[in-house]
Amino acid sequence: MTSGLLVAYFEDENGLLRAAREARAAGLKIHDAYTPYAVHGLDAAMGQRPSRLPWVTLLCGLTGTLLAFWFQRWTSAVSWPINVGGKPAHSFPAFIPVAFEFTVLLAALGTVAALFIRVGLRPRVGLPRVLPRVTNDRFALALCTDGEDFNGAAAAELCRNAGACEVSAVEEAP
Amino acid sequence: MSEHALSDLREPLVTEPRTMAGITDEVCAPMERRPSILWTLAFLVAVVALAIGVWAVQHTIRKGIGVWGLNKTVGWAFDITNFVFWVGIGHAGTLISAILFLFRQKWRTSVNRAAEAMTLFAVMCAGLFPIIHMGRPWLGFWMLPYPNTRGSLWVNFRSPLLWDVFAISTYFIVSAVFWYVGLLPDLATVRDRAKGLKRRIFGVLALGWNGSQKTWLRYETVYLLLAALATPLVLSVHTIVSMDFATSVLPGWHTPIFPPYFVAGAVFSGFAMVLTLMIITRKIMRWEHLITVRHLENMTKVIIVTGGIVGLAYGTEFFMAWYSGNMYEAFTFKNRAFGPYGWAYWIMVSCNVGVPQLFWIKKVRTSPWMILILALLINVGMWFERFVIIVTSLHRDFLPSSWAMYAPTLIELAILLGSFGLFFTLFLLFTRVLPMISIAEVKGVLGFAARKREAAAAAKAKAGGSSAPGGVGLPIAASKERS
Repeated sequence: MTSGLLVAYFEDENGLLRAAREARAAGLKIHDAYTPYAVHGLDAAMGQRPSRLPWVTLLCGLTGTLLAFWFQRWTSAVSWPINVGGKPAHSFPAFIPVAFEFTVLLAALGTVAALFIRVGLRPRVGLPRVLPRVTNDRFALALCTDGEDFNGAAAAELCRNAGACEVSAVEEAP
Repeated sequence: MSEHALSDLREPLVTEPRTMAGITDEVCAPMERRPSILWTLAFLVAVVALAIGVWAVQHTIRKGIGVWGLNKTVGWAFDITNFVFWVGIGHAGTLISAILFLFRQKWRTSVNRAAEAMTLFAVMCAGLFPIIHMGRPWLGFWMLPYPNTRGSLWVNFRSPLLWDVFAISTYFIVSAVFWYVGLLPDLATVRDRAKGLKRRIFGVLALGWNGSQKTWLRYETVYLLLAALATPLVLSVHTIVSMDFATSVLPGWHTPIFPPYFVAGAVFSGFAMVLTLMIITRKIMRWEHLITVRHLENMTKVIIVTGGIVGLAYGTEFFMAWYSGNMYEAFTFKNRAFGPYGWAYWIMVSCNVGVPQLFWIKKVRTSPWMILILALLINVGMWFERFVIIVTSLHRDFLPSSWAMYAPTLIELAILLGSFGLFFTLFLLFTRVLPMISIAEVKGVLGFAARKREAAAAAKAKAGGSSAPGGVGLPIAASKERS
């Protein structure tokens, strides 16, 4: 994948945002950014597209609704219809609460599962590679160095001008 | 700290100067030091209470629920009261974590983690009561629709009690997932500062989180989606609990206002419990600058509103009892207020309608000790609300020949004590093993009113000629003008 990365560290999010914007304007390829909290506006600065995960939620939710309605109808009206208080076997309104709960359950579990799969979060034995202090109090911007006309010195200069406190090369992406 | 879109009108949410690393150290400190004597004592008391409860539960299961004070007229009483009470407590956690998130109420950041933990523990306590009440809890799995050799005989999907099974279990699962997802960035923070075994454990729990923006982008999306799913869910849970009563034909239960009335009551009691826990926590941990008086004040305002809804519901019930012209309905409510359980009714009214009105006074709602006392009274009141609704409606039904009185036995009291023991044991453990405040979210709001503070500091420096504020790290010093 990436042959190496140039990582610029920042003490605050403003420097990171500025560097991300300027790097993009200068035509540099941003590999990723690493931050201790969700920095608002960074997605736009890095030119990320909105996530498509809401579609997974919709899909899982609809599956839950349909599955729950089908199952309640099947158990109550097909498999073994039992007369409860003279109500019709397929007493649709009474099936709404369970269908609603099941919708929420599948939607929530499906969304989180999709997130974990999409971003590769999973329990692992070894520790992941984490850039120093990015889960505590530093922000990092990782630039790809494999471009044809990539100029390391110029890129480092751009980051320093934006407020980077440290710029270093990293062999392998975290 | 962002350069954009932060109004100067925003008040700081962290009222002491803190750097990001400072926040991390501060929130992780309780997990990294030895427990204090106070904590140890509290934990011992909680475990003893839990042990008493476990003993009472095993006694109930061995002898049967005849050891309770129930009779053929009052078939639901203490146990179901406790169930509804605990489910209600849980609602505030989800309200803070999901509904306030959707409404962009940033002040939720320092209380949401603990409030969600409270939700989980409260729902665990709640879930135990119906299972104990079954008398034969080892057959609890009969509540689930699974293929069986009896036909298959399916569960009755028209029964609100079954809806409850689905509502409570979904609520628990979704709350747990929501909580865990919210914990992920902080688990990674803890992992990266821990050593040895702890580092390995948190390494597994953090699922390899490395702070990547690619992850953050999707994470934020998913968090928003979960909040949007949890919001209707939490409203549905107490709605369905209220339907356990409202779908019956019993005067005092058979009212369509029950769902909103129960949901408001749940949020009301839940916030009282959150306040109780938060006031004690901020005092013991010295986190007055993270869980500020403003947080407490905001929560008391929620209590005023929901308490008002509850009061209105009490009034509406009485009005309808008279206006409906139904003699059974009218009798139930007369009996409720002036019958043999009148004392319980008036405890309920004074604690739930009277007490919250004191929060209109600014002095009261900005004094943590006053809030603590009033919150405890509200919790007592809300427990009695459930007791009044359940017992007074049942004990004098249509046939005077079947009228009866109910009093709890010591066993039932011990089970209630045990549920508090379970709740506090879990909560105290939580304060030791996980970050109690969302570190990542609090860092995100450190910059609020930064410019305002800088301007104030500059003005002060100009006037007094004192040394320049700020210094190392981020310019996140907070003004102390509020406090």
